[in-house]
Amino acid sequence: MDIKAIMLLIPAMIMFCCGVYGFITRRNMIAILISLELMLNAVDINFAVFNRYLWPDAMEGMFFTLFAIAIAAAETALAIAIIINLYRSAKNIDVRDLNKLKF
Amino acid sequence: MDYSQFLVMKQELALLVVFLLVFLYDTFMPQRAGKALPVVSTVLLLLATAAGFCSHCLGSACAGEAFAGMYATSPVITAIKSILNIGAVIVLIQSMSWTGSEHMRVRRGEFYELLLVTLFGMYLMISARHFLLFVIGLECASLPLAAMVAFNKDRYESHEAAVKYILTAVFSSAVFMMGISFVYALGGSLYFHKLYAALAAGQHSLMLTLAIAFVIAGMGFKLSLVPFHLWTADVYQGAPTPVTSYLSVISKGSAAFAFMVILAQVFGSLYSSVWEWMLYALIILTITVGNLFAMRQTDMKRFLAFSSVSQAGYIMLGIIAFNTMGMAAMMYYILVYVFSNLAAFGVIGAIENATGKVDMADYRGLSKTNPRLAFSMMLAMFSLAGIPPFAGFFSKFFIFTGAINQGSIAIYVLVLIALINTIVSLYYYLLVVKAMYISPDEPAIAGFRSTCGERVGLWITVGGVILLGIVSCVYTWLLDISFFSTMASYFV
Repeated sequence: MDIKAIMLLIPAMIMFCCGVYGFITRRNMIAILISLELMLNAVDINFAVFNRYLWPDAMEGMFFTLFAIAIAAAETALAIAIIINLYRSAKNIDVRDLNKLKF
Repeated sequence: MDYSQFLVMKQELALLVVFLLVFLYDTFMPQRAGKALPVVSTVLLLLATAAGFCSHCLGSACAGEAFAGMYATSPVITAIKSILNIGAVIVLIQSMSWTGSEHMRVRRGEFYELLLVTLFGMYLMISARHFLLFVIGLECASLPLAAMVAFNKDRYESHEAAVKYILTAVFSSAVFMMGISFVYALGGSLYFHKLYAALAAGQHSLMLTLAIAFVIAGMGFKLSLVPFHLWTADVYQGAPTPVTSYLSVISKGSAAFAFMVILAQVFGSLYSSVWEWMLYALIILTITVGNLFAMRQTDMKRFLAFSSVSQAGYIMLGIIAFNTMGMAAMMYYILVYVFSNLAAFGVIGAIENATGKVDMADYRGLSKTNPRLAFSMMLAMFSLAGIPPFAGFFSKFFIFTGAINQGSIAIYVLVLIALINTIVSLYYYLLVVKAMYISPDEPAIAGFRSTCGERVGLWITVGGVILLGIVSCVYTWLLDISFFSTMASYFV
């Protein structure tokens, strides 16, 4: 079966938009983190698809994807650590309760 | 592989050596020796600054590239890295009493290690001529900062600030990388110079505009330009004061320079057609909104956060100028901003350490009880506002001149708006001076003697604020080495 680039790019774009939507509307910090992960993975798909379909003679996109996955893992690990710290001090990970610092 | 190319990265290597030494010292020295760690790391970083700077002066490696052009260095890049290094040294000196305190005993080493790693990331970001290296540098600079923001583990505010910082940082880098993926689709490479050639030859499409908008939005988060500035005040308020000062000058300065490198070397051919008007709108919004919000702040750290938002707008004037003078003026502005903002944060940190007070109302009558601190704060405020004999005036002057040299009517209007905003900003900077010198002083903070590190830090910063404007050779030197070229070779 012949898979066109657009058939991969549209799901990636949908993923990215879902990520942005989730980032804005979710209340639970873990859910926000999942939304961020969706966005980062959409970027990875984009790079892989562009590399495979548009510029197949060099591997730059694939390598970028590899590094981006590692960076995303580091980001998630750090974010989880910070959220756990917050949970210990506030017993809550609802973003609506993050209201001590505001103007 | 040719290992000699690592020698081009002298400043990075010096920083890595400092990092390793601090790490080994922290790990293997006995508990008692840990008390000396602040001094040891400050001295080491100072030595690294001097070494990097001397290698530049001796001319051994003024310009060069490594890793097939992924990494590049030039006199300008050495200069901006040295500026960042000087700022980091001042932050370290000012934070000595904080890191030396008893509750920091077990975490003292981590603070220095994380700080050095973020500095390393900023170096990579500035020197990168390939988007992969750039993204690694960007993350290396922003992720450890989130851990540093969360450093006061016993304070709830610190955690809240850290959560806000890490979530916006990850969101912004996701947006930024999405932009890069579009640029990659259009240009077929991640090297800056190849992308430049491809984009200059190619057609302008909607996708390109979208890509540039994404890239500008991603960097705008890091620089806290206005529609993307909402995290700034919360994070600055919640973070420990040394981290706030680091975040507001070093992180911002490096991101500004890297932003200019990207815009000039990748999107340079699209200046007037695509991104000039985007940046134009961002600058007006940033300066104005930053000023308006700064007026209504009562917490000093929040106040300086919004002041730094509006200062970021002025720094962007150097980018939109798009010429050699704009570039030199921007670097000079960053240098002066490092000194004036760190002077202000030095005073805030000293008062917070001694009394725990950070509210503007607490500063009333400070001139009677702590005349030296009040005087330093006044000089810092005058410099930030741009009052003539101080360095801040000259940096604003040069950056306006650089922007005007670009020549179009639209830029004249922009500079006029920035000028009017300078006058507006005078109002809120003077509010602090008024609180310290004029307002009645019934609940004034009792006089105290600040610690050695804080005093040394304030002497350095106040000296910089006074001298940098008068010693004109600094700016002349920066202008001499600036070499603005949109056609990307490894020089910017």
